[in-house]
Amino acid sequence: MKLENEAHFEQDVETLIEEIKQQYGYDFSGYSRASVYRRIKRFLSQKHLNSLEQLRGHLFSDSFFFENFLQEITVNVTEMFRDPSFFLSLRQNVLPILSTYPFIKVWDAGCSTGEELFSLAILLQEEGLLGRTKIYATDINQKVLKQAKTGIFSATNMPAYTAAYYAAGGKKEFASYYTSNYGSVKFDSALVKNVVVYPHNLATDSSFNEFHLIVCRNVLIYFNRVLQERVYSLFDESLVSLGYLALGKKETLAMAGISNRYTAVDKSNRVYRKTN
Amino acid sequence: MQQEASRLVVIGGSWGGIQASLSILSALPADYSIPIVLVLHRLRTTEGSLQEIFSTRLALTALEVEEKEPLLSGHVYIAPSNYHVLLETDHTLSLDDSELENYSRPSIDVTFTSAADVYGAGTIGILLSGASSDGSSGLNYIFEKQGEAIVQAPEEAEVSTMPLAAIAKTPGCRVMNLAQIQAYLLSVHDH
Repeated sequence: MKLENEAHFEQDVETLIEEIKQQYGYDFSGYSRASVYRRIKRFLSQKHLNSLEQLRGHLFSDSFFFENFLQEITVNVTEMFRDPSFFLSLRQNVLPILSTYPFIKVWDAGCSTGEELFSLAILLQEEGLLGRTKIYATDINQKVLKQAKTGIFSATNMPAYTAAYYAAGGKKEFASYYTSNYGSVKFDSALVKNVVVYPHNLATDSSFNEFHLIVCRNVLIYFNRVLQERVYSLFDESLVSLGYLALGKKETLAMAGISNRYTAVDKSNRVYRKTN
Repeated sequence: MQQEASRLVVIGGSWGGIQASLSILSALPADYSIPIVLVLHRLRTTEGSLQEIFSTRLALTALEVEEKEPLLSGHVYIAPSNYHVLLETDHTLSLDDSELENYSRPSIDVTFTSAADVYGAGTIGILLSGASSDGSSGLNYIFEKQGEAIVQAPEEAEVSTMPLAAIAKTPGCRVMNLAQIQAYLLSVHDH
């Protein structure tokens, strides 16, 4: 598809980001531009729009359209037990230490549609910690949050999830956690009994509690270095001393201002501990 | 090492792409002037990296892409398993774990398109052997932006599906065998 005014595209996106901030309060100014450009072009093509001007017309006259835009611009792709070696590392290196606390608080930041949330809950359950753990699951996107606690996922993905679960050290029959129904599966709601979900925007909101473990995977890749710094400080404020921070496989604390206070517990799986 | 801001080599391949890209890149000197980004399809469940295979065989420095890394000459940046690679206007690399494209992540189309948006006519796109049609739209986009669109000669490729799809999509592309691609890359190198 050919866009009108392609020469000004990048400049026009900057204007649009500013207008969205003014009208809706969502601040995308710290988002990596290559991804933003790609997501916007993708959205335009889905909606059969051929200019940013047309997009603006819809965005600022129709808040439902904006909700839809928000959902498509942010990436909500996720899976259960993504990078099994990471979940195995949590199980072996982090949960045994967390088990020494009488009460455990976990923040799943950028929980999307809940696949990671249920993976964490299953891990905590199998290590005997779920009953005394409270998980706070947050996302910028209200629509995915509505799904996050339902535990309803497409059955198509279950063979891959089952393999990943066992690779992550799974101890039970994976199918014992869910029931199947017409092409979808529903996970046991007891897993998320102690889970609270609510909207939180890493770009603009502040710290709201203190945690023993923060899991934020494949969210920071969409932010520029300035916004990443903000989020690292936010996590630092939100972690107890000796708390753990888990990032995505390709995200690192190495460049962060807070890095000197953190020790890598598992460098290749990007699990860090606040040691200073 | 310094940054060359105006040109970029992007190479894509699938089945047979590792051998083909090793063969091209092994001819390039350690101080090769244009940064290189390499996107090869692999099994998504592979957690290992291609970095080792490439570093031991090349004079160039081979690295798996770390996000927001500035592109340097003398370096080959390899797309990690399960992420798309995008180019930023400040000549750094970003990673993206959004939807698969052409059943692939990393997708060659995604990186080729993003490279052409940033480097325009300074983009040198090379599509190698593979059993997929990923890369042909991206190569066409590079061609439309006046960049170099190069395809490995199908008769030489281990699997010709990918080169044939690209040639069909962009009849004006340059079809070369590996030796010619090597010679071409050396000819555009600034000593």
